[in-house]
Amino acid sequence: MADLGQLETRPTARAKPQPVRVSLARSALNALAVPVLALFSALVLSAFFILGSDPVVLTAYSHFFSAPGAALAISWKAVTDAYTALFIGSLGNPAQMADAVRVWITTGESKAMLTAFWPITESLVTSTPYIFAGLAVALGFKCGLFNIGAEGQIFIGAIVAAWVGYTFTGLPWIIHMPMTFLAGALGGAVWGGVPGWLKARTGAHEVINTMMLNYVAFRLSDYLLNGPMKRGGAAGYIPISRDIEPSAYFPKFFPDPIRLHMGFIVALGVAVLVWWFLWKTTWGFEIRTVGANPRAARYAGISVTRNFVLAMALSGALAAMAGAGEVMGVNHNLASAFSPGYGFDSIALALMGGSHPAGVVLAALLFGTLRNGATKMQSLAGIPIDIISIVQAFVIMFVAAPAIIRWIYRLKAEGGVEAIFTRGWGG
Amino acid sequence: MAVMSPTMELQAAALARQRRRGAFYIAAGALIVFLFSRDTHWGELATLGMNTTRSVELVKLPDIVVPVLPTVWFLGASAIGLGVWEFWRGFRRTGWLLGVVSFAFLAAFLVWAARGESFSLIGILSASLQLATPILLGALSGVLCERSAVINIAIEGMMLGAAFTSVLVANVTGSIWLGLFAALAVGALLAAWHAVMSIQFKMDQIVSGTVINIFATGLTNFLNQRVMQVYTQFNNEMTFPVISNVFPGLGKIPILGPLLFDQSPLVWIALILLIVIQVALFHTRWGLRTRAVGEHPLAADTLGINIIRVRYVNVILGGIVAGLGGAYFTLGSVGRFDKLMTNGRGFIALAAMIFGNWTPLGSFASSLLFGFADALQVKLQILIGQVNIPSEFLLMLPYIVTMVVLAGVVGRVMPPAADGQPYEKQ
Repeated sequence: MADLGQLETRPTARAKPQPVRVSLARSALNALAVPVLALFSALVLSAFFILGSDPVVLTAYSHFFSAPGAALAISWKAVTDAYTALFIGSLGNPAQMADAVRVWITTGESKAMLTAFWPITESLVTSTPYIFAGLAVALGFKCGLFNIGAEGQIFIGAIVAAWVGYTFTGLPWIIHMPMTFLAGALGGAVWGGVPGWLKARTGAHEVINTMMLNYVAFRLSDYLLNGPMKRGGAAGYIPISRDIEPSAYFPKFFPDPIRLHMGFIVALGVAVLVWWFLWKTTWGFEIRTVGANPRAARYAGISVTRNFVLAMALSGALAAMAGAGEVMGVNHNLASAFSPGYGFDSIALALMGGSHPAGVVLAALLFGTLRNGATKMQSLAGIPIDIISIVQAFVIMFVAAPAIIRWIYRLKAEGGVEAIFTRGWGG
Repeated sequence: MAVMSPTMELQAAALARQRRRGAFYIAAGALIVFLFSRDTHWGELATLGMNTTRSVELVKLPDIVVPVLPTVWFLGASAIGLGVWEFWRGFRRTGWLLGVVSFAFLAAFLVWAARGESFSLIGILSASLQLATPILLGALSGVLCERSAVINIAIEGMMLGAAFTSVLVANVTGSIWLGLFAALAVGALLAAWHAVMSIQFKMDQIVSGTVINIFATGLTNFLNQRVMQVYTQFNNEMTFPVISNVFPGLGKIPILGPLLFDQSPLVWIALILLIVIQVALFHTRWGLRTRAVGEHPLAADTLGINIIRVRYVNVILGGIVAGLGGAYFTLGSVGRFDKLMTNGRGFIALAAMIFGNWTPLGSFASSLLFGFADALQVKLQILIGQVNIPSEFLLMLPYIVTMVVLAGVVGRVMPPAADGQPYEKQ
């Protein structure tokens, strides 16, 4: 195998010797420069797609030579309208928020606060499943495994959580809520562990097996929602399950329009836990060693097969938490189309976050915010929500290849080390 | 126990594999008998139709009428027999065994599903080939790229982008050929982007592929809503004529007519490409260079092969083939663009390529398997009452079979040794 001797980190090509003392503020600025510039450049590039598909703008450009000012003004307005809507939709209207805070401080009336801060909390709600699923794929990458089956594992987590959520009645929430969540995670662990076991035992490739299990999970959920788990009564023709017991709900933090639930805090906690597990425990060390160089790991006496199973099971459990979290915190039931592709987006997320839990959380917050804001942009500015995918693609490209950003903005190269994201097809 | 010599270890491993294969085929045979003896009785017949419903054949072939139980038992017993022989004695070559046993399984299933009814065998085979074509083209694209050590996970995105462009260009220019050309160009363009990111900037190739997938998904959805749904005249149906409509004589040949000539010409182009790439990869100078670059770039470089150029050429060629696959979805079958119409076929193609061990012929065999699975989903709706298992489980079956076969028989696959690694000139 040619991947012999690849360590977890490697120097970038032609790394310059680093000065021993680097100003802390400067290095922080440098570290932030690439992601911020990446987002900025992605928004600029995407603006061209907004312009290129706007008939009003295109008409203006057909008269470009007679009235260049008008064309530019119309373009500017189209882009600023779209991005203002994106901003307001994802974070909220700053003026309205400030007003609401003032009202709350002076009168104690919190109603305006709830409306004003609704967008930003909604972004956090959308980020929650992204955090879980992103961690799942990232953990797989750390062991050199490409878990392309997060979507299916999310479905399994949701199925199991919904079933446990409505089947057990009369339990106190302190038992029922964790039980539901952990049962969902356990389901995902089994679902993810199977391809890990198959790879360890027979060498069958996890990319194929996790993908196949995606389809199996979708069909399974179709079957359950049209059969055993289907809600009876008036809603009998909709493929949707019964509502789970309130004792299995993730509690909400604020009064009603705001849906932010405990799942978000759990997600952050799990991210810390994953970090601790990967970098502070022997098991985590073994997983990372296998991921960096399975052959070296084997020579060091680490069981590669055991770590494949362990990493895939953990990865499946993490992905399943995303599904369980959605059922317990947002939907309170299982519907056939509850996931708009969290699992597939999570691959991009894990890559963007450099397979590091902190990076994944930041990337998930960004994805959740963008996706949430895009809904508003669609209704206010008439820009299809899919523009967000285009922005995402560019952001990932720029973050993954900082050389491009440095080249555009004439930044000096950092002499640091770059993390390896994946190891191709593994081996 | 004495220490085993390396040769003995190898022999022991080979024997273990042989035993596992044997046990697997015995289990498959037992499963045939167990599964497909249910809900039927002695003397029940199944009719497998050998003619199309259009009845244009010159010679009408008699339909195959077989008794269900004896057929199932015969097929099951054959599989068990082969398995027992493999377990105890071992066949010299084992590649064909999987084919024979899979065939026995599928044949038994079809006979059982069609019990007491008539079921068009020709229809499902013809549909399988149609549905296998985009998967085959995607897999060929993957083979071209990965044999030169560039992972191409972006097949899905390339196909989607090409499918969209082909319809738009064909409608705007009114020329279906220009539409096809545009599809190939878009495939090449996205591939060139992938090449620049992964070869030039040495970006992680899976990241780079993911970028293209997300971009193509987003852009086609975006433009679909902003252009196709506003100016519906740009999304009119445009397809290449089916071969037998142009040459009615060919469609009249029994069996071969409906199977091979009631198809879009793009199916033929795909089959020709399959042969061309198979031969070129293993019997030409270009193929040798490509494989050398994929297996051991340093050695290839030493011999004066321009690694970067070979990779660029192969990735862009792969993009063109994926673009053809995209055009097949529109110009080759339904003629219009629908949101996300490739529906994960690009990823299935990737699986087919891995399953086929990075060879064109292997990819074709696995594409046919997935194509057959897709055809089953469509055609079995007719027999749904017969089958008597929830349809969802039936639809899961191909995916589970893939996993079982992969685990039981194929096992470890061998990607090109340098797959996924950017080349650093020493």
